[in-house]
Amino acid sequence: MADLRVNIGALELRNPVLTASGTFGYGLEFEDFVDLSELGGVIVKGTTLQPRQGNAYPRMAETAQGMLNCVGLQNKGVDYFCQHIYPRLTHDTQFVVNVSGSSPEDYAECAARVAGLERIRAIELNISCPNVRDGGMAFGTSPEAAASVVEAVRQAYPKTLIVKLSPNVTDIVSIARAVEAAGADAVSLINTLMGMAIDAERRRRVLSIGTGGLSGPAVKPVALRMVWQVAHAVSIPVIGLGGISTATDAVEFLLAGATAVEVGTANFLDPAISVKIVRGIDEYLTRHGYASVKDIIGICE
Amino acid sequence: MGTQGKQILDLRLTGVERLHERYVLLRAVNPEGALPPMMAGQFAQLRVDGSAGTFLRRPISIHFVDEERQEVWFLVQTVGEGTRALARLSAGDTLNAVLPLGRGFTPAREGERLLLVGGGVGVAPLLQLGKETQRAGAEVTFLLGARSAEDLLQLPLFERYGRVFVTTEDGTAGERGFVTQHSLLSAERFSRIAVCGPKPMMVAVARYAKSSGTPCEVSLENMMACGVGACLCCVEDTTEGHVCVCTEGPVFNIERLKWQI
Ligand SMILES: Cc1cc2nc3c(=O)[nH]c(=O)nc-3n(C[C@H](O)[C@H](O)[C@H](O)COP(=O)(O)OP(=O)(O)OC[C@H]3O[C@@H](n4cnc5c(N)ncnc54)[C@H](O)[C@@H]3O)c2cc1C
Ligand SMILES: Cc1cc2nc3c(=O)[nH]c(=O)nc-3n(C[C@H](O)[C@H](O)[C@H](O)COP(=O)(O)O)c2cc1C
Ligand code: FES
Repeated sequence: MADLRVNIGALELRNPVLTASGTFGYGLEFEDFVDLSELGGVIVKGTTLQPRQGNAYPRMAETAQGMLNCVGLQNKGVDYFCQHIYPRLTHDTQFVVNVSGSSPEDYAECAARVAGLERIRAIELNISCPNVRDGGMAFGTSPEAAASVVEAVRQAYPKTLIVKLSPNVTDIVSIARAVEAAGADAVSLINTLMGMAIDAERRRRVLSIGTGGLSGPAVKPVALRMVWQVAHAVSIPVIGLGGISTATDAVEFLLAGATAVEVGTANFLDPAISVKIVRGIDEYLTRHGYASVKDIIGICE
Repeated sequence: MGTQGKQILDLRLTGVERLHERYVLLRAVNPEGALPPMMAGQFAQLRVDGSAGTFLRRPISIHFVDEERQEVWFLVQTVGEGTRALARLSAGDTLNAVLPLGRGFTPAREGERLLLVGGGVGVAPLLQLGKETQRAGAEVTFLLGARSAEDLLQLPLFERYGRVFVTTEDGTAGERGFVTQHSLLSAERFSRIAVCGPKPMMVAVARYAKSSGTPCEVSLENMMACGVGACLCCVEDTTEGHVCVCTEGPVFNIERLKWQI
């Protein structure tokens, strides 16, 4: 067995495979299928300062090799998370809270409340949700706005701060550089690509708010390109995601320069895929004679 | 949650029977051993192989569990690419399923009189429900609606578990019209009603239930991605806000829903 351990800032991961926010619940929903302690980590549902009902149904549309969603950050709020969900997250893995907000103050206050939770050693700042009007992606589409949120959160949150980037921009590298300069310990990318579905028979838009975020294998080439670009432009660790469905997909992101990966939509197709990807990465390393996963990060020519 | 015993199984199909142009009955066993316990109203997420246009799994109700043969049955109506691909399967093929998912119908108590109302492929979960209800010592009456006589499926099987009344829209079997127009509803009273079918039908039955003061459960068919409460795509607006149909349902008491009834 190869050495699969990686570090994201001060966060130590048993292996480079995390599950992506919004696709794996709190991990508890998958306990029948996966031993959570076999994962590098679990990034829980998007969490906001106040409870949110999310958007109206329908929130999902199937697409070629992917899906659109417009869930819109439905969650019971950070206090509910701290009081009712956190106590149940006692598994031997890293739980990371995905934090969202509508103003820098919001983000910072939400992060501050999570900072008090001993077993949570990192947050992932979602400045890239395409499905809410008030904030979300608005912060992730300009270097200045992104930096303002990250600066505010950096002051409120001393542990590992991962910032999740939006692909819905012309120059993702400038955003990545801005959040690095503002104090982020790592970046993760990509969030979903904004898209749309139309029902030709009924002559109307399928999703309740018209547009949604595209995920799944369809987005993988775009994600891989962005991870490559960002990994070559920043010196903090990059977490790669977008369409990863097999261990080979995950290896490609590592070769492109990602230190870790997240598995999202693929969890819906095979609820046990995350641990299969861990084992597959190990097999790949053994087959190619690498002692450590660190040996393949960013080595693609 | 870890105790509910959801499993990912490579089932083996023991029978694939075309009941009719648009309906297929799939029967499957677990080659590795017994099936997990399943309740009427619960469902499975079936993986659709060999259909390029089908990305997600498809939610399909548990139609029947044959305990002796350890067989689970699915009744599938072909409406699109995914269900058509399921209908192309043959005996011996593998059917990858995640099951059992969701919360089923409230189990019946001895002495209750249950009316089970089904429309179209919505009759699927009612066969297992009829069996479980009869076994609990309650009285079962089915009221099944379809467009035409040929759309009435599995009638002899339903008859094993209770009285069966039917309506067809064209009058080719039973009373002509919709289930809510059947004379049974004015002639008899029931202690509970369980419904599965197209939404307009369920709303109409819910209205009847409410006006007659009969407790009523309906089984919803919201579009699903994960089926396990992770994606929050399948939500229904309820008295407690948005809840996941795949974990809180698919069966709901009508009192929890915000339907105009
Ligand atoms: C809990 C649950 C239990 C179900 N049980 C059964 C069952 O026992 N037997 C059965 O035949 N079907 C059942 N369904 C419906 C079944 O899941 C859909 O018909 C199926 O997903 C359609 O897939 P498709 O690829 O063939 O069609 P698609 O190409 O995806 O769609 C074709 C048409 O069907 C409609 N459709 C798609 N998905 C659904 C859905 N979930 N509900 C209603 N309409 C839909 C679409 O709007 C479209 O008009 C159930 C659904 C749920 C949520
Ligand atoms: C249903 C659904 C809900 C999501 N919710 C969130 C969320 O709350 N916060 C977030 O940062 N990303 C969210 N995402 C984005 C994913 O975490 C991930 O970035 C994206 O789906 C791309 O990865 P994938 O192709 O592997 O799914 C969601 C994605 C889906 C499909
Ligand atoms: S289908 Fe994903 S939460 Fe219900």
